[in-house]
Amino acid sequence: MSVVNAIVQGILLGGLYALFACGLSLMFGVMRIINLAHGDIAVLGAFGVWVVTTQLGISPLVALLIALPVMLALGYGLQVTLLARSLKAGELTPLLTTFGLAIVIQNALLQIFSPDVRSLGAATGRLSIGSWRIADRLAVPYLGILVLVLAVAVLGGLQLMLARTRFGREMRATAQDPDTAGLVGVPAPAVYAQATAIAVGTATLAGVFLGIHASFAPSSGPTQLIFAFEAVVIGGLGSLWGTLVGGIVLGIAQTLGALIDPQYSILAGHIVFLVVLASPRGQLLWRRRAAGSVAA
Amino acid sequence: MTTVDTRSVTATGWTVRRSSRASRIGSLALVAIVVVLSSLPQVFGANVVQQMTTLLILVILASMWNALAGYAGLVSVGQQTFIGFGAYGTIFLTQRGVAPYLAVVLAAAASAALAAALSPLVLRLRGGQFAVGTWVVAEAIALLVVLDHGLGGGTGISLRGLNIYSPQVRRAYTFWLALAFAVVLLGLLFLLLRRRTGAALQAIRDDEEAAASLGVRTMSVKFVVFVLSGFGCGAAGALILANTLFIQTQSIFGVQWSAYMIFMVLVGGIGTFEGPIIGAVLFFAIQQQFADSGAWYLIGLGGVAIAFALFLPRGVWGLLGDRRQIRVLPVGYHLHRRPSNPAVTEEA
Amino acid sequence: MTLLTVDSLVARHGLLPAVREVSVSVADGEVLALVGANGAGKSTLLRTIAGAHPASGGRVVLDGEDITGLPAHQRVARGLALVPEGRKLFPELTVEENLLVAGGRARPGPWTLDAVLGAFPMLQPLRRRRAATLSGGEQQATAIARALMTNPRLLLVDEVSLGLSPHAVETVYGCLRALIRDGATVVLVEQDLARALTVAGRVVCLLEGRVVLRAETSGVTREQVTEAYFGLSRSGGAG
Repeated sequence: MSVVNAIVQGILLGGLYALFACGLSLMFGVMRIINLAHGDIAVLGAFGVWVVTTQLGISPLVALLIALPVMLALGYGLQVTLLARSLKAGELTPLLTTFGLAIVIQNALLQIFSPDVRSLGAATGRLSIGSWRIADRLAVPYLGILVLVLAVAVLGGLQLMLARTRFGREMRATAQDPDTAGLVGVPAPAVYAQATAIAVGTATLAGVFLGIHASFAPSSGPTQLIFAFEAVVIGGLGSLWGTLVGGIVLGIAQTLGALIDPQYSILAGHIVFLVVLASPRGQLLWRRRAAGSVAA
Repeated sequence: MTTVDTRSVTATGWTVRRSSRASRIGSLALVAIVVVLSSLPQVFGANVVQQMTTLLILVILASMWNALAGYAGLVSVGQQTFIGFGAYGTIFLTQRGVAPYLAVVLAAAASAALAAALSPLVLRLRGGQFAVGTWVVAEAIALLVVLDHGLGGGTGISLRGLNIYSPQVRRAYTFWLALAFAVVLLGLLFLLLRRRTGAALQAIRDDEEAAASLGVRTMSVKFVVFVLSGFGCGAAGALILANTLFIQTQSIFGVQWSAYMIFMVLVGGIGTFEGPIIGAVLFFAIQQQFADSGAWYLIGLGGVAIAFALFLPRGVWGLLGDRRQIRVLPVGYHLHRRPSNPAVTEEA
Repeated sequence: MTLLTVDSLVARHGLLPAVREVSVSVADGEVLALVGANGAGKSTLLRTIAGAHPASGGRVVLDGEDITGLPAHQRVARGLALVPEGRKLFPELTVEENLLVAGGRARPGPWTLDAVLGAFPMLQPLRRRRAATLSGGEQQATAIARALMTNPRLLLVDEVSLGLSPHAVETVYGCLRALIRDGATVVLVEQDLARALTVAGRVVCLLEGRVVLRAETSGVTREQVTEAYFGLSRSGGAG
């Protein structure tokens, strides 16, 4: 029974990982950048919501509504200032710049907020602790379901946006050929900035729910980046729904690993990631998807 | 110094040389510096010797990271895998009775072996995927080490075997070993760059597919560089242990090592031989000044790294070297005009 | 009325000059053929006019407005559209999506999705096909249709017949002729000299980045153009 419980918890955890991963996947699909600061941006968002929550005494979910537009604007600004220049400079530069950014964000948070671990769970109330008892040793937490539903909604929304809207078409066109997009009137820099804004927005969502589900600290960023990346790779680079699958597989690997020994949980995730990376299937999916399509 | 047979180019009077006046002077100067450095422990006190060992370790780290990123185009955010593996490998060997300094050398060799073992997995990745992939490997190996209680778990462990030496002697021996490793590693890198692999590396860095289509064996070239880098970082890790006597998984396997390496190479000059050395010296000086400033120090480092990446991509050495085409070491190719009038010599 | 003026335009590939102080003007409703050997600078000239390539000197003036410093997408907004060499369709988008992307920010004008599909009836059954699966001729038609979706005042077409079968070339030129009949202003780059001379009113020949011949197509013979094309009339031959 505890195996079933572990799997269920893993699926729900996978929803959170998918939420983390979809921004990373989007930025890679559109701009071919792996944003090494993605995890730290999520933590930044969590801290932003924490500040609003503690200052105004409101629920984190409401605080999110205030913080999200700010983060979206931040993402747009980030692209326009830093990342646009990095893109022009060559293949290595975006990696170096986003890594530098990660260091700056992490340490700025450390300086402002101290290394203490914080949680948004208490401020969220019943939602963060309650669960449905389905069977003797199987409890499905409200929060887990909420996050999974949210992840599906966000991914579905992104997919729909990409496939059906003018905004999405422009994004896909720019992803495939930014120069020609310019030749038909689509401003590539603006499209890139919009993609970054969305990525930062989803990262903020993920960071907040991480804070509600567990806890966060200025140093939490890199771990989340790694999980997000693992979810993307396991699910197949460039595919948004693959990101959900990858997140769920990663989540289950971690929860099953924890069953054996709590110390093994994260390691189990790494092992699954490395196995997928090494497998021929992993490589095939890699090359096909990496060739420039934001998943349709 | 070799000169290409110039009979075919006498029409224009240009020849291709491997070295220039500057690089001849530079090579001699470097040899002199090494000789001078080796007498350091006899002249200076223990504290200076330890600091200089740190500097040598930084030079090794910077050069090894540059070998991967600046020459092979592989940005690794996971070289701390080998740093930690070299350090813990040394512990492991000394726990089984191996003499400490021998353990350092063996642990470095073991790191090279680890790099070789990891390469089929890791080298098929490129760009950002390689970066994060190497990071994941570092995290995974750190976790594996933490699980081994014999290695101290997460709380850290000391290197005991060096207690047989007095601190003065220990520091001297550690310094000499670090100097020897630095010379050997830089020497290996120099050889790599000087032979055909050097041109192959730069071809791969500039355009891997084009290089492959020209018959450059990209995988084997990348493999050699990856193993060399693993060897060097492993040596550095073992030397860090010998220098500080105590390590902890969190710090020795920490990603801040990658941050330091990136900073040193970006600021010094990526893709050049001399750049990382300059970057290491600069970083060493900065560390001496600011390491106590805590988070601000790292924020500053990150900010400076970003600024260099965006605005000064060729680093300090690039700024200096580009203007006058100076190379301290003869790793490149120079156009040299054969003087029609023997009294006139021009160097390009 | 002059629609486009190119004044002493200079464009380089790195250090190599590809367009050396070229001056050309195009009147409203005119069709200009740009000819020249490979590497003469024709594509670079069109791309620089369209904003896909940076100008190192000189000016591009569209209907009195200096657009030299504008990025490509803003030139499209002012009515200039380029059908790039090699078609450059968005491979993973369908034909319809390729057209809609261009139409999304189009200037007001007659070319809507339906109008375009009406002008290129061969594309009707291909609407939902991924652009990468089309044949060369179908891609060229789609590329021209896509440029039209922006309702341009000036259409630049680069290498119309490159890589197409003779039948496909016929079809594409049929579409072009229909557009021209309706009064479109077109600059087209064409390697097939005979075709270029039949469809255009004026011809400009480039050699190594410079203009070596300007003439009305009615007032010039094929031999004269060929000579200019290969630089035979210059002393010492080409090079």
